[in-house]
Amino acid sequence: MVKSMAKKPDLFPGTLDMLILKTLTRSPLHGYGIALSIKRLSDDVLTVEEGSLYPALQRLLLQGWVKAEWKMTETNRRARFYTLTAAGRKQLGIEMSQFEQMIAAIGRVMSDAQEA
Amino acid sequence: MNPISRFIKKLSILFGQERFSSELDEEMAFHREQVEKSFIADGMTPEAAHYAARRQFGNATKLREQSQKVLSFRAETVAQDLRFGLRQWTKNPGFALTAIVILALGVGVSTAIFGFVDAALLQPLPYRDPDRLMSVNESDITSSRWPLSYLDYLDWQRLNKSFSSLDVYSGAGFLLRTPSGAEPVQAERVSGGFFQTLGVQPVLGRDFNPGENRPVGANVAILSYGAWVHRFGGRREVVGQSVDLDHESYTIIGVLPRTFTFAPSGNTEFWIPLNTFSTHEKMRTFYNFWGIGRLRDGVAVPAAVAEMGAIAKQLQLQYGITGRNRGASVVPLNEVITGDVRPILLTLLGGAVLLLLIACVNVASLVLVRSESRRREIAVRGALGATPARLVRQFVTEGLLLGAFGSLTGVLVAAALMKLLTGLVPKDMAAKMPFLGGVALNARTGAVAAAIAIMAALLLAAAPTLRLSFQSVHDGLAEGDRGAASLFWQKLGSSMVTVELAVAVVLLAGAGLLGQSLYRLLHVPLGFDPEHIATVQVMAPATTYKNDEQKTGVRQEILRRISSLPGVESADLTSMLPVQCDCNIDSIQIQGRPSPGDHNDVNERHISTGYLSTLRASLVRGRFFTEGDDASRPGVAVINQALARKFFPDKDPIGQRITDDEGGRPSVWEIVGVVDDVREGPLDTSMMPTEYFPINQTGDQFFSLAVRTHLDPESLLPLLASTLHQIDTNLGVSDEATMNAKIGGTQAALLHRSSAWLVGGFAAVALVLGVVGLYGVIAYSVSQRTREIGVRMALGAQRSSVYALVLRQAGWLTGTGLAIGLTCSVGVSLLIRSLLFGVHAWDAATLGGVAALLGVASMVASFLPARRAASVNPTHALRAE
Repeated sequence: MVKSMAKKPDLFPGTLDMLILKTLTRSPLHGYGIALSIKRLSDDVLTVEEGSLYPALQRLLLQGWVKAEWKMTETNRRARFYTLTAAGRKQLGIEMSQFEQMIAAIGRVMSDAQEA
Repeated sequence: MNPISRFIKKLSILFGQERFSSELDEEMAFHREQVEKSFIADGMTPEAAHYAARRQFGNATKLREQSQKVLSFRAETVAQDLRFGLRQWTKNPGFALTAIVILALGVGVSTAIFGFVDAALLQPLPYRDPDRLMSVNESDITSSRWPLSYLDYLDWQRLNKSFSSLDVYSGAGFLLRTPSGAEPVQAERVSGGFFQTLGVQPVLGRDFNPGENRPVGANVAILSYGAWVHRFGGRREVVGQSVDLDHESYTIIGVLPRTFTFAPSGNTEFWIPLNTFSTHEKMRTFYNFWGIGRLRDGVAVPAAVAEMGAIAKQLQLQYGITGRNRGASVVPLNEVITGDVRPILLTLLGGAVLLLLIACVNVASLVLVRSESRRREIAVRGALGATPARLVRQFVTEGLLLGAFGSLTGVLVAAALMKLLTGLVPKDMAAKMPFLGGVALNARTGAVAAAIAIMAALLLAAAPTLRLSFQSVHDGLAEGDRGAASLFWQKLGSSMVTVELAVAVVLLAGAGLLGQSLYRLLHVPLGFDPEHIATVQVMAPATTYKNDEQKTGVRQEILRRISSLPGVESADLTSMLPVQCDCNIDSIQIQGRPSPGDHNDVNERHISTGYLSTLRASLVRGRFFTEGDDASRPGVAVINQALARKFFPDKDPIGQRITDDEGGRPSVWEIVGVVDDVREGPLDTSMMPTEYFPINQTGDQFFSLAVRTHLDPESLLPLLASTLHQIDTNLGVSDEATMNAKIGGTQAALLHRSSAWLVGGFAAVALVLGVVGLYGVIAYSVSQRTREIGVRMALGAQRSSVYALVLRQAGWLTGTGLAIGLTCSVGVSLLIRSLLFGVHAWDAATLGGVAALLGVASMVASFLPARRAASVNPTHALRAE
């Protein structure tokens, strides 16, 4: 954990759930797919540690925001695919608006600091 | 998703652990493979890619655990809590021990008493449809339940439509011939359908045949299970063999089930059909048979009472029976069987519940005090990152642990108590309480114990939790804070102590009243001197002693031989020892007077010449009997003062004649003397009129010997038995006991004694717990106010005013507890008034005594902390902060 923190910027706390939910809006994905998708979309800036990904997925399952089912991949391999539920979609909306508020707030603080 | 469905989901995962792990494993294996592939695509060798992927993934087991933790209950942290809780105990064993002992006491006592209540009052009698079984008897104004005469029984059976079957039973004593001589045994003569009415079938052999129930039917007997095992070694061939009862041969036809009991018959060993009758028993006014009946379906008790009452009235008119205003009594059989113990058991149960309450309150306040002293620990743990939920769980775990340990110990206490208490019941009484056999730890008592345990544990878990949620981490860390939090605890603690003291008052008042009742009961005027009297029951078999001369001969031989034993002052006979029962009732009339109306029942006793002198009863008028009052002379009688007052209120009874109609002996008795009342009946009933006839004129062959000695009467008992057997080995000898033991063993004495001692024990425990609770609250309050007291003293407050400060607080709590308790105890005493004797529920002396006792105890308990407060050194107190 400590090592990776030194190498790459850490995620904002609490944003992992939002990122997972967001990646699932396009299509159902398996765990590896989610990690890969976040990495690619962020141009390799954000790396999702497996150590946080799977507990997060269990948490989302428990909340009922995603559901999981076993399916076949294109390479005919069995994998667990996660799908966004209606409740998950709603939760994503809430988290996004909270996130935007926070970013805006941070932005205001930072621009003020520059001016000073 | 709501918490409930989340909980259910968690549970389903918990139970599907295996599947969950394997799915997660597969999922992560897939992930690793994909990572590996991407590394190979980037140009790594497969081997290097494999290791790199593993490295990136980290510890797979740890990862799985992390994922599981999200979902599952944290078993390992629960274990942690338990370990921590136990460590807390070992750090402070006094607290844990005290709490567990108090809790065990509360749980143990209440479970044990419930065991009795359950066995006696809740468990159905061991018969078919026991709630349809009724005790069916005669009644009149003076007695609500009265045995039937045999002729009445036959008519009742013939005329009634309420009962599908109606049967009677009547106790009898027999001499069983055994290889080692004659032995008196208890038997019950029953009408033929008795066991069918109860719905009981012999386990071996058969029930009575219809023919055996008719007059001069065959002599047959059914054995009780106990008799079968003890007398006949449980051999199956016993059916068909014969036994010798009173020199007559009876064929054994069956054995009753082991579970069969019939409380009114006690330890009856032989059940024989009612097919031979004495002269008396053939009379319509000889009441000697108790009835039981099975109500027809759909017939209610009141309807049966009405019908039987009408039948009784009709028979009274038809046969011109005077004197008794006759009716019928139809009472559920279980009420008759448990009637005597019901009030005492309910009282004890109430007491036990109060004790449990006090114990729980006490332990809860102990836990609270501890949580208070652990505020800093909690605050530190909170500051180090323990979530409130985690902290609460720690306390809940500790509470549950305490509750579990306490209750478990309590169950052991209960088991021991039940054994002890059943063992304390004398054998004679235990025989009449067959339910005692069912008093044990079983599914029902276990369930009650478990329920109590769960409630106690929840209470203990909830108490500090409730307390914790009121304070923030910051408050706890600030050592100087003595603000709202401790005020809250003080208020809670105070009200808990008030409750404890009030409960203690109720129990003390109850114990005081019961104790006084017992004292009054044991000091009821007896009218004779019970010290130094040895007694034994004797039965002279009718087959050996056939006529009056032979009977008189053996009685005189017995008296002669016993009187000449060393240490014996005098020996005499009576048909029934005093203080046993108002039974052997005679309905009398006074010659030359119209029938005295409804109330003409008196105790009838047959006594030898010197009996009243041996008892040291005092003669009021006339004379006692002489040797001249024998069968050749007209009947004479001595009456007691109660009889004289009732039948001869304004007239000298000497020379008056009593008549009765029992046949086979004089029916006219001239009164020759009046004796000061000797208590023949139970201690707790009013004095009943009694007539004494010379035993030489009645010709009894079943009697009790009363021997006055200047030695210890106990030491004389074996000698009495052996001397009687020397006279004739066929004499039945039983129930050797001193007069005092006879009196102490009566039901009235026993019930009052046991209730007084048990409630007294509860009260003592309650007093100690209540006072300790008070001490705790005052001591805590003093420790919290040390600084305040220091400031006061620095500002010039005197020691005396500090004492006053502390004692005032204690006085206020005690006063409130006393006021509430005294009010409640008057109400509670009214509930137990059926157990009170010679004392009112609102007895001022008792209530005052209780108030004084509690007041003194409370003041002593609060004096210690008050002294500590007064000896506070102001400089130390102020510097300590």
